[in-house]
Amino acid sequence: MSTLAVHDHDLTHHDEAHEHHHKATFLNTYVFSQDHKMIAKQFLITGITMAFIGMILSLLFRIQLAYPTQSFPLLETLLGRFAPQGRISPDFYMSLVTIHGTIMVFFVLTAGLSGTFANLLIPLQIGARDMASPFVNMLSYWFFFLASVVMVSSFLVQKGPASGGWTVYPPLSALPKAMPGSGEGMTLWLISMVLFIASSLMGGINYISTVLNMRTKGMDLWKMPLTVWALFLTAILGVLAFPVLVAGVVLLIFDRSFGTSFYLSDIVLNGQVQPYEGGSPILFQHLFWFLGHPEVYIIIMPAMGISSEVLSVNSRKPIFGYHAMVYSLIGITLLSFIVWGHHMFVTGMNPFLGGVFMITTLIIAVPSAVKTFNWLATLWRGNIRFTPAMLFAIGMVSFFISGGLTGIFLGNAALDVNLHDTYFVVAHFHLVMGSAAIFGMLAGVYHWFPKMFRRMMDERLGYLHFWLTFAGAYMVFFPMHFMGLDGVPRRYYAFTEFPSWNKWLTVNVFITWAAMLSGVAQLAFAYNFIHSIFWGKKTVQNPWNANTLEWTTPIEHLHGNWPGELPTVYRWAYDYSKPGSEEDFIQQTVPFSQTMSSNLPHDFEDNPGGLEEYNKWTATHKANEPVK
Amino acid sequence: MIMTQIQQEDRVNLGAKKFSMWIFIFTSFMLFAALTSGFIVYSGQKGHALDVKMPTAFIYSTIVIIISSLTLFLASKAAKQLQFEKQKLFLLVTFFLGIVFLVIQIYAWYILTYQMGVYFVGPNASRTFIYVFTGMHLLHILGALIVLLFAIRGAYTNIPQVKNLYRMEMTSIFWHFLDIIWIYLYVFLLLNQN
Repeated sequence: MSTLAVHDHDLTHHDEAHEHHHKATFLNTYVFSQDHKMIAKQFLITGITMAFIGMILSLLFRIQLAYPTQSFPLLETLLGRFAPQGRISPDFYMSLVTIHGTIMVFFVLTAGLSGTFANLLIPLQIGARDMASPFVNMLSYWFFFLASVVMVSSFLVQKGPASGGWTVYPPLSALPKAMPGSGEGMTLWLISMVLFIASSLMGGINYISTVLNMRTKGMDLWKMPLTVWALFLTAILGVLAFPVLVAGVVLLIFDRSFGTSFYLSDIVLNGQVQPYEGGSPILFQHLFWFLGHPEVYIIIMPAMGISSEVLSVNSRKPIFGYHAMVYSLIGITLLSFIVWGHHMFVTGMNPFLGGVFMITTLIIAVPSAVKTFNWLATLWRGNIRFTPAMLFAIGMVSFFISGGLTGIFLGNAALDVNLHDTYFVVAHFHLVMGSAAIFGMLAGVYHWFPKMFRRMMDERLGYLHFWLTFAGAYMVFFPMHFMGLDGVPRRYYAFTEFPSWNKWLTVNVFITWAAMLSGVAQLAFAYNFIHSIFWGKKTVQNPWNANTLEWTTPIEHLHGNWPGELPTVYRWAYDYSKPGSEEDFIQQTVPFSQTMSSNLPHDFEDNPGGLEEYNKWTATHKANEPVK
Repeated sequence: MIMTQIQQEDRVNLGAKKFSMWIFIFTSFMLFAALTSGFIVYSGQKGHALDVKMPTAFIYSTIVIIISSLTLFLASKAAKQLQFEKQKLFLLVTFFLGIVFLVIQIYAWYILTYQMGVYFVGPNASRTFIYVFTGMHLLHILGALIVLLFAIRGAYTNIPQVKNLYRMEMTSIFWHFLDIIWIYLYVFLLLNQN
């Protein structure tokens, strides 16, 4: 009786709090919301918008690569001074490449991916009412939004956006007069990135603090779903790596705008000797890649976590090697900080140091291979349900394998002399962290769409989207390996000027049409996404029969996630198809006392009382069993 | 019963926020680690040596910030023992010392530029690093002074003791960290001044 009373009081308390803080207006529900579920949706929609912008940029430069001598009057109509006589200008081509990279790496696959799923899943899967600091969480989104606006607005300045590559190496980025894109475009790039880093840090600090402090009763670290583990370790990477980029960018701004010489030396500009001396552009590369390498794991780890969860749910099997999965994530997190030198093998680095970085790079392949093996073993002999989310998760594994294998070649200091800055590199990272991470993200969108929008996405359009994108991505990136092996350099405006590479033009035409196909496929997704938000089929509470806590919340969103008390967790997240159980899934909130027929001795490893009960139960049960 | 439950939830939440402060400390630590590593890489390549004798003003600012840490510690102690008048006094002294530190640092810049000819802008980036270290540190000090103001306002407006202690702890973590970082930066500069 007394428990019931407390329960009721608790409820009224929350309702009061609800009304007190929240006179639900349009502004604080949809715009300046502090609710993690709404912030997740804001991140997702902004991220998808940025992804479409980034994709359109890539299609534009693909046109130039396939038809370097042809003119398309339509381009001049659309782009004006950036495409005189219907041909994309060389400077604008460089801008397209640069902003495509920046948007995809930072705005889509860092903020769009981590921002969406960390916000949605961390509180829901660990059983918390919201983030540690909802206000800072809201700020994190709005800084990200501002950063996006500033980045896109750089297309509106006279000389166009930044164009020195997404890595913004000095001296191109440090001398405003070096090339058109080094001017205001570069300034806007830097402003945007400062806002972005602030957003990322605020988000990351919140995620870590929430995971470590606000787990519900029974949810110890080893009961957390792999999504939460991945997002948690990603956040740790972010808060340790991004400050280093701040340092690099601050020094870059001083060189750019104040005339210091951190990165500059012996510069002659337009025939005039500049006063800079003693600086080293390699210093910037060190600072940049100390962030930059962990950054690629910031991108791929959430995708890994999402895929692990989706693969397990839809194979109706426990994830294979849960502990190995966690330890390999931790291994990747630690190792990712000592491999950055492999981006700099050909900068005149001491060969011995190159050897060290080569060894650490090859070691990081081990935890990655452990994960791949475990995903395949999870699929093996599962009762696989091919939902769109499942297909995308499998696609993620496929891309991670085919892109990861070439990483072993590139991580080799000697081979890298040949391969660096060729299309081989482009092929490698677009498969292993571009396509793989996007597929992980899409798997997450399809899987958690019902949780976010209370409706289901259309499956047929999902299948269409998957197959076109999957085939398209392979057709785009696979041929690039061969171009790279032939020495075709990346980022060149019209390498057909070099007779020996002319033969690759037909391949470029093929790649461009494959890219167009994949681009069209995304329209199926966009239509499906928007249409389903408003008119999709209504969902049930647990549409995928999954174990994790987010599916125990009511379909209607409420602030605080659970009415009344927070749920208590009794078991890990992967009790699928447990022998002896009536259903093929047992949610984390079901105590062992309710599942006597499916309990196993190792469920009671640190619970001697439970083990005793279990032994008693099995003994009596055996005695009652009819003799055959 | 309800009260304890609400208090419990609050306490959990305050704990999480305090933890966030610790993570922020880590990010900030990484920033200074990156900057000092940058110095090492710069001077290890073909960069110029620092070749500046640190102005004595830095000794004074070091002493001031150490004393301010001490007074903040005393303020925390007073707050825990419910001696709120003492807490307010020590908080104000800490704030004052923080301002003094800021002024001395800027005075040190004045000495460096006008009397020693060590400029922020110039071909020797080692010397620019002095300004970058101290400048980034001062930005943090400004932030910490704002956090300190929150603690002072809390002490003056009689907020609940739980909140009061929480604000004191947030301030203390940040302030003592900045104290330690300054000592690190100063020692780093002293070791590299030739």
